[in-house]
Amino acid sequence: MEFFTSNASVIVSMVLAAMLGLSVYFPLMAGQLSLASPGFYALGGYTAAVLSTKVFPHTSKHIDLPFILLEMLIAGVLSGLLALIVGIPALRLRGIYLALATIAFVEIFRVISLNVPLFGGAIGLFGIPQPFDAANPLPYLLIGLPMLALAMVFVYRLERSRTGRAFTAIREDELAADAMGIAPTYYKVLAFTMGGILAGMVGALNAHVLNTWNARQGTFDASIAFLAFVLIGGSRTYLGPVLGGLVLTVLPELLRNLAGIQGEPLWLVQFLKDGRLIIYGVLIVLGTIFFPQGIVTPAIAERFRRKRPAPVVDVPEAAALQ
Amino acid sequence: MTQIIQNILNGLSSGSVYAIFALGYTLIFSILGIINFAHGAVFTLGAYFTYVLTGAAIGGNGVFAKSHLPIGLPLVVAMLVGAVLAGFVGVVVERLAFRPLRDRNADRLLSLVSSLGVAVVLVNLIQYLVGAENYSYKDKLTGNLPVAIFLGPADNAIPIRTVQIVIFVVSMIILVLLTVLINGTKLGKALRAVAEDATTASLLGINADRFILLTFFLSGFIGGIAGTLVGSSVSIAGPYFGINFGLKGLAVIVLGGLGDIPGAVVGGLVLGLAEAFVPGEYSAYRDAVAFALLFIVLLVRPQGLLGRVQVQKV
Repeated sequence: MEFFTSNASVIVSMVLAAMLGLSVYFPLMAGQLSLASPGFYALGGYTAAVLSTKVFPHTSKHIDLPFILLEMLIAGVLSGLLALIVGIPALRLRGIYLALATIAFVEIFRVISLNVPLFGGAIGLFGIPQPFDAANPLPYLLIGLPMLALAMVFVYRLERSRTGRAFTAIREDELAADAMGIAPTYYKVLAFTMGGILAGMVGALNAHVLNTWNARQGTFDASIAFLAFVLIGGSRTYLGPVLGGLVLTVLPELLRNLAGIQGEPLWLVQFLKDGRLIIYGVLIVLGTIFFPQGIVTPAIAERFRRKRPAPVVDVPEAAALQ
Repeated sequence: MTQIIQNILNGLSSGSVYAIFALGYTLIFSILGIINFAHGAVFTLGAYFTYVLTGAAIGGNGVFAKSHLPIGLPLVVAMLVGAVLAGFVGVVVERLAFRPLRDRNADRLLSLVSSLGVAVVLVNLIQYLVGAENYSYKDKLTGNLPVAIFLGPADNAIPIRTVQIVIFVVSMIILVLLTVLINGTKLGKALRAVAEDATTASLLGINADRFILLTFFLSGFIGGIAGTLVGSSVSIAGPYFGINFGLKGLAVIVLGGLGDIPGAVVGGLVLGLAEAFVPGEYSAYRDAVAFALLFIVLLVRPQGLLGRVQVQKV
């Protein structure tokens, strides 16, 4: 138990990172590489921060759980609306052009949020009330874990629905999907918006976990990090981004702990402490070269599923599309 | 009127650096059809190489704290040597992040991630080795020239920082040399052939792989020069100072049309001018101009300001 309390903040960040990975996975299901998640994540965090410190200022440092859930709901709605506004024009673009447009969106949002007086400028908003003892963020898992489980079940079910099949069809060949009567723009905007809503809700929760929120939460660096969750974890199954988020968040902490082993040469200790991001970058390069499909490839996910009783009837893809 | 002329001159100066920086992206995009996200980091490295080669001391942090090279090169020589070193870093980036993916026929978008990974390594390596301090060159790029010159009548003169003129001139020299290299030499013809179709070019006896390496060297070299130019105009603001520049460079190449060399120059100058004309009271929004332009151009003219419309083929 002591392990959990002393590493509580890392464990909570791992769960949140898994959901952020999923938020990038949504548009990827429809073949769209979007780096926009940090923008929605930042909006969600600001929503929660403004609601709990300015709109309904709490006199004590405590805040009720239902209120946090309400904030997450509002953050999800606002992020979804922003995703619609950005997505409808931007998703006409393909491939690298869409990636560039979403990078631009994140940067524009960052600069604007730095200059909105309500958002507290460069310092941001702080003293965001917390429902739990500030020293131990572990109870946040009471919200985080069910939310992650819900998101995973949602994606699992989605991939087996008409909508999910349409996403796959667009990913494999957009022109062919269009010719078969699937409206690409509608489904691409839908996937993009789903990702935005999830990122916004995670931001709202994380604003309480971190106790403070500022424009540094939604930067290009965050875009890279979230993208790495998906691509290192595996971009062809929803288990990939979840695993990628968990692993890549705990990895720097593990490297830091490795520096504490007795008898290490001094240069290695220093490198593990200060050079963690170098190792992180090397792993990203090696990961993309040697595991282009990520850690969890569709084949692995399939084998994982086979261990349980096999489904009686395998629904053919064509039947599900009708 | 004075203000407008000054804005134009400021815009042309910063725009010319944007232009040569973005040429690094453009060269690689025209050959491989991908964006090298490590270009901003190579640009940063170029500025640091120059700093170290001038014999200046490293600050109090990092592995090399308080040490310096036994030799001290004059700034201009250091800039050229530093740019050559940055060019070799570009070659290393190609070998580590792009070639392995090409050999495996991987999805082109993956090279976006691997080059980002290399950028993360390079930026943090700089921080690990020489710390995150702000560095300024001890020599001025302008040498013994006055800090500013004044145009117009004495009572209403327009001051222009000499370093901006030098930056503009150096950028233009690089542009001209690069254009001559690509359009006027046999080497450039081979480069264009590889850019057109690497397979056919190699069938015709052109070593495509060698020209890809050359492109990365050129891109790194120009990026290194741009890094030193910006570093001497302002200062080297820590290992991350290339990131922002790298992102704005993306806006420049989109403005000009991806892979289009004259387009990158026009895009750079347009961005420089647009930023210079942001009124003082909105200066906090200046950094958003590039991305607003990027977003709008992508939506209205995805082929860039100078590009031609491409028809989607099955």
